[in-house]
Amino acid sequence: MKNLIKDLMRSKAGLIGAILLLLIVFVAVFAPFLDLPDPTRGDLRARLAGPTWDGLFSPGAHPLGTDEVGRDILSRMIHGSRVTLLVATTAVVLGGIVGTALGIWAGYKGGLVDRVLMRLVDIQLAIPLMLLALLVVAALGPSLRNVVLVLALTSWIRYARIIRAQVLSLREREFVQSAHAIGASTMRIMFFHILPNVLTPALVVGTLELARIIIMDSALSFLGLGVQPPTPSWGRMLADGRVYISSAWWTVTFPGLAIVLTVLSVNLFGDWLRDYFDPKTRNKK
Amino acid sequence: MLGFVLRRLGESLLAVWGVVTIVFFVTRILGDPAALLLPIGASAQDIDALRAQLGLDQPLMLQYVQFLVKAVQGDFGTSFQHGRDAMQVVLERLPATATLALTAIALGLVIGGIAGSIAALKRGKTIEFIVMTFALLGQATPVFWLGIMLILFFGVNLGWLPTGGYGTLSHLILPAFTLAVFVSASIARLLRSSMLEILQEDYIRTAKAKGLLRHTVFVWHVARNALIPVVTMTAILTGELLGGSVVTETVFSWPGIGRLIIQAIEAKDFPVIQAGITLIAVIFVLINFLVDLLYGVLDPRIRSAR
Repeated sequence: MKNLIKDLMRSKAGLIGAILLLLIVFVAVFAPFLDLPDPTRGDLRARLAGPTWDGLFSPGAHPLGTDEVGRDILSRMIHGSRVTLLVATTAVVLGGIVGTALGIWAGYKGGLVDRVLMRLVDIQLAIPLMLLALLVVAALGPSLRNVVLVLALTSWIRYARIIRAQVLSLREREFVQSAHAIGASTMRIMFFHILPNVLTPALVVGTLELARIIIMDSALSFLGLGVQPPTPSWGRMLADGRVYISSAWWTVTFPGLAIVLTVLSVNLFGDWLRDYFDPKTRNKK
Repeated sequence: MLGFVLRRLGESLLAVWGVVTIVFFVTRILGDPAALLLPIGASAQDIDALRAQLGLDQPLMLQYVQFLVKAVQGDFGTSFQHGRDAMQVVLERLPATATLALTAIALGLVIGGIAGSIAALKRGKTIEFIVMTFALLGQATPVFWLGIMLILFFGVNLGWLPTGGYGTLSHLILPAFTLAVFVSASIARLLRSSMLEILQEDYIRTAKAKGLLRHTVFVWHVARNALIPVVTMTAILTGELLGGSVVTETVFSWPGIGRLIIQAIEAKDFPVIQAGITLIAVIFVLINFLVDLLYGVLDPRIRSAR
């Protein structure tokens, strides 16, 4: 753990990513205490007001402007980040648990289980993820729960493939062989001997998946199939603001910047994490 | 080699069958198209009659078997919305999607290839930092937002390019560039790391030591070997883009397959959804099949291993 932090301090990119990410999460978690204007209630007298820094700290100021019904963009962005982060992390964890479990199972058992799982992966890879997500959300209905389920569904294969490959080599290692020799059950070996050794790669995949899922979640809301109004979401803000693009640039610019900044910080952190745990790159330092 | 080709072919067919099956059953959960097709206030009898006409009143498994038998012959039924052969409706959109996808891939490969090589060869220089910063930003930017920003800038503010639509070269520029940014960012990052790894190989030192020209080493030793992961990535990206870049097509009102399928999902037009996704899956599987064969050409080690 100490080494981890030391290495992070040395990596400029990783450190910037980590700090940005902490900041974003902090603001999202404490949003209710920030004394922001109500993100769902508009002020029709102030609709499509441009960003202004005049009277920044007075009540009723809209530093990033307002949308078509006079709702404060900054407040909607911050409340939107809560939804996005909640949806994305839940989906990543859920996809990670399922994908890791299946990857270990297929990799360790081999044979029929493995063949069936790999064919399933093939099938799912042949459907563009976005279309699969759209179809399933349309079928189940766009609710918070269904969006999380769909995003997890697009995610599990990435864990399963990488974990399976790891397990294939772990299976032949001495500590697994000897556990088997002293009569440990398959479940016990998979849970106590294999699992701890694949947690690191799972964590790395998870971080990089988080970035992909944040973008996908925004794309779903952009197409109207994400979390439904009045809950604010970045994608929906972009879709609504698009109509006013020629007169009110701020309605589409700021929510997009929020997505870029969040994804960028996750990617920077994720890249560093991957390099840190990759023996090939670590030895070079 | 023949055994390998046949096995991959079998796996490919299995994958397509799986996709067709999944799509068939998921579309059934979408709801009842009969109720949607008739005007509001239609009687229950009218709805039942239409359902019988569409074959939706039969047991699900029977519908599935009938669907499979026809699908193998390329017959996906008549589109509820367009009143014409569903596969034909989809195929009419293929040129638009293919034009956009292939232009974006070509553009992305050129930009990403040059940027990635520069970043690898000029390691530690300012130029590497600039290139990689752009690549990171390119990967973090959602295509739909980039599309909107480009429309705002070049379409609305400058008025140089159309904000959407299809037909002329000027309509193609913004959507193709939007997708190319993402493609080139991925290619540049992958090519750089792949090249950096290869530059440390013993055979590169040997090639340099025996006095080969710099660019001979680069072209025949570094670039050729670094290309293998790039080929895989390009295949995946091409498959994805040919599957219709749903959001980009929506942002630019581009009449491609992705947009067609979204509209079909909204209208519960089962035949078009099924025909569209099946076609995409076939294209995707075919590309991957060809890429597997291409590896053998690129990498002699893989060729002899079979």
